[in-house]
Amino acid sequence: MLNGLVWLLGCQLVGELVARTLDLPVPGPVIGMVLLFVTLQGLQLPETADVFTVSDKMLRHLQLFFIPAGAGIFGYLSLVESHALPIITGIVVSWMAALIVVGWIVSAFTARMGAR
Amino acid sequence: MNEALDYLRTSPVAGLLLTLVAYRIGVRIRRATGNHPLAQPVLIAVALVGLALWALRIDYDDYMIGGSLIHFLLGSATVALAVPLHRQAHHLKELFVPMAVAIPVGAFVSVSFGILVVRMLGGDHALQMTMAPKSATTPIAIAIAESAGGIPSLVAVFTIVAGMLGAVAGPTVLTLIRVRDRRARGLALGSVSHGIGTSRALHEDATEGAFAGLSMGLTALVTCLAVPLVVHLVG
Repeated sequence: MLNGLVWLLGCQLVGELVARTLDLPVPGPVIGMVLLFVTLQGLQLPETADVFTVSDKMLRHLQLFFIPAGAGIFGYLSLVESHALPIITGIVVSWMAALIVVGWIVSAFTARMGAR
Repeated sequence: MNEALDYLRTSPVAGLLLTLVAYRIGVRIRRATGNHPLAQPVLIAVALVGLALWALRIDYDDYMIGGSLIHFLLGSATVALAVPLHRQAHHLKELFVPMAVAIPVGAFVSVSFGILVVRMLGGDHALQMTMAPKSATTPIAIAIAESAGGIPSLVAVFTIVAGMLGAVAGPTVLTLIRVRDRRARGLALGSVSHGIGTSRALHEDATEGAFAGLSMGLTALVTCLAVPLVVHLVG
C-alpha cells in the first residue's frame, strides 16, 4: 500500500517539477502519468506489485475525487442558467462530431486492412 | 453550542466526512438502479453536498477545508491512470496507424467544435475554455481547464455529462453511422466519453472495452496539446 503511494506521489512530484521547469502546457499529473507508464513498460513488474493494487483501488473510486470540484458548481448556477443554450449545444455537437470522425476514420482503415 | 458549530465549519473532518458519506450514498443508488449510466455517483454526491451546505449554511470555501484533502488526491489518481494504459498497451501495435490518425483528429475536432459552438452562441472565454477539454477523462479535463483559464467546477460536470451521453446514446449513434468494427466502436466511444463510455463499451464486448480504455488514455494526453493548439489557431 505505502510503496504504491510512494510511486504515485513520486511520479506526480517529478511531473509537476518538469511541467514547471520546462513551462509545458501539459498538467504536471499528466506528465507523471506518462512517466509511470514508461516506467511500467520498462520494468514489467508482476501483477501483484503494490503500485498496481493501489492504483486499481484509487481508480475504482475515481469519481470520489471529483466531488469537491463538482460541488463548486452551485456557485455558478446563474451562469449555467443564463448560458444553457451554448452549454448544452456545445457538449452535444462537439461530442457527436468527434464520435463520428473517430468512428469513421478507424472504420476506413480497418475496412482496407480487412480487404487486403 | 456555538463553539461546536464553529468547529464543524472550520475543521477538515466535516467536509471530509460529508464527501465520503455523499459518495457512499451515490454508489448505493447506482447499484440500486442496476448500474444505470444516468445514476453517476459523482452527480448524486455533488447534489447531496450542495444540499447539505445550503441546509447547514456552510460556505463552499469552508467545506473545501476538508474537501481539498480529497481534491488533492485527484493528481495521484491521474498518475494511476498509467496502470490501465500499461495493461492495454499491447493493443497499440495492432492498430497503430489508425489510432495515430483518428485520436488526434478526434481530439482536435472535439476541442475546436466545443470552443466555436460556445463562442457562436455567446459564451465568453472562460466558458469556451471550460468546454474545450471535456472529452478528456475528468481529472485531466479539470487540470487542463485550470491551466487554460476555464472553470474547473463546471468542467467536472460537463465531462460527466459527455460521458453519460456516450453510455446512453453512443452505441446507437455508432450503429446509425454504420461503424460496426468492435475496435472502431471502442476507440470512438473512449475518445468522446472517457471512463463512463468505456464501462458501457466493456458491457457490449471485451475488445470494444479494451480499445475504449486505450482511447480514453490517449485522448486525454492528446487533449492536453490540442487545447493550447486550437486556442492559438482560433484565438
